[in-house]
Amino acid sequence: MTDLSRRKLIKTGLAAASGIAGLGVATGLAKNYGLIPPDCGGIWGAGETLNYASYRLLTNHSMAREFARSEISTRPLANEMPPLNDAFKKLQAGGFADWRLTVDGMVDRPGMFSLEQLRSYPSRSQITQLACEEGWSYVAEWTGVPLSHVLEVAGIQPKAKYVVYFSIDPDWWDSIDMGDALHPQTYLAYGMNGGDLSVGNGGPLRMRVPRQLGYKSVKFITRLAVTDDLRKFGKGLGSASPEGGYAWFAGI
Amino acid sequence: MGEMQSVPEVLVQGPAPLSPPTVQPSRHSALVRATHWITALSFLALLVSGMEILISHPRFYWGENGNVLTPVLFKLPIPSSRSLVPTGYGYVLPDQNGWSRYLHFQSAWLAVLTGLVYVAAGFVSGHFRKDLLPRGEDVSWRALWRTMASHLRFERPSAAEAWSYNLLQRLSYLFVIFALFPLVIWTGLAMSPAFTSALPASVTLLGGRQSARTIHFFVAVSLLLFLLVHVGMVWFAGFRSRMRTMITGRIDGPLEDA
Repeated sequence: MTDLSRRKLIKTGLAAASGIAGLGVATGLAKNYGLIPPDCGGIWGAGETLNYASYRLLTNHSMAREFARSEISTRPLANEMPPLNDAFKKLQAGGFADWRLTVDGMVDRPGMFSLEQLRSYPSRSQITQLACEEGWSYVAEWTGVPLSHVLEVAGIQPKAKYVVYFSIDPDWWDSIDMGDALHPQTYLAYGMNGGDLSVGNGGPLRMRVPRQLGYKSVKFITRLAVTDDLRKFGKGLGSASPEGGYAWFAGI
Repeated sequence: MGEMQSVPEVLVQGPAPLSPPTVQPSRHSALVRATHWITALSFLALLVSGMEILISHPRFYWGENGNVLTPVLFKLPIPSSRSLVPTGYGYVLPDQNGWSRYLHFQSAWLAVLTGLVYVAAGFVSGHFRKDLLPRGEDVSWRALWRTMASHLRFERPSAAEAWSYNLLQRLSYLFVIFALFPLVIWTGLAMSPAFTSALPASVTLLGGRQSARTIHFFVAVSLLLFLLVHVGMVWFAGFRSRMRTMITGRIDGPLEDA
């Protein structure tokens, strides 16, 4: 081996080693700062991680756009959805009086909340846009209780990192990180455009996450689970969406 | 094109000092070639995934609101991948939005990062100034007309043109690099509820989310038209030699005429 090629080999080796080490350090840092989404594996992991990491770095405290009352759409589309199950129909027949929101996981005071209880908490309203990943959108006024308030009542533990939320439809669940869960515009919504939230729009209780696309705003919420590890839920990808091929992070 | 332009600048300057004198200078720098092909690859992926996402809602609107209950600006006469959309077709295409969206954003990252490297290097190396900015003597309506006329007559480019870009090429490349690409990125980001929460003006300046989506579509169509004409012209100028040059950077002898 000539001197030149040996030097070249050593140089290349050093460059590769420092590259790998650098990547390792970056990954470690990113993990520590919560920049890695649960669906970071596989061929789409790079793009998904870049999307989510930039969201976390650039938009931590930003507020979703709010609109003037005059911009509220007269046609808030109730998207098509799978047929409602028997459990829902039974509760619907009783006027949702028996609807319960279970809160469990890393909270000091796990428990169940009725709609009446949720309505007794300070209510908030926002005029925001619901935008579907398909491309359509509408602006509506949403009324509800900030998720942060319910989490505060339940007493979230300091190690909690995510809130997983479940629809009465067992195929439909999702999760958000604590930044989104405690964000002032993240609601458990029970009202829309001045009235009760219609079943078509997710009533009696719908998650509203206005900084992300519509599919994060899961309808018919019956349970919140506070956790530090999304791998404990479903296939470990953070929500039903990645299991169906869709990204966990839906801010774009 | 004027005969005076037949001496390429690179040849006048002579080969770089370290290269043996027999080596021909590169027509396209390694960086231009690499970024060209990475961009080409990501653009194709963006195009395919974009069309796939589009068929889930082939209707366009203006302003903030727009869905199947609202009037359209226009709609495309194609079937849809959602039964929600009234298309007039008796069938619904399978939903492919999951991987299409993943692919769209991953390719967008690749295209944007590559584009940043290309633009930064282009300014530093003088690529834009030397290769793309129209040369003084070229900037006139007459010169523009002359180039257009020669294109319209389907005249094959002279051998000299293998070494530099003509006026029409320079203008269209500059337009694609500094107008269409920035606009397609901007209108794309303007559809992200997370991005617009940080930078609301990015969407309000465009007139709303649905306006941004409509503009995004038209810019994408313009880029597709550019791609078709670009590939068509490469074909016309001699597909194999031009491809070889964009891959290796070398021009082998006079241009093939056939």
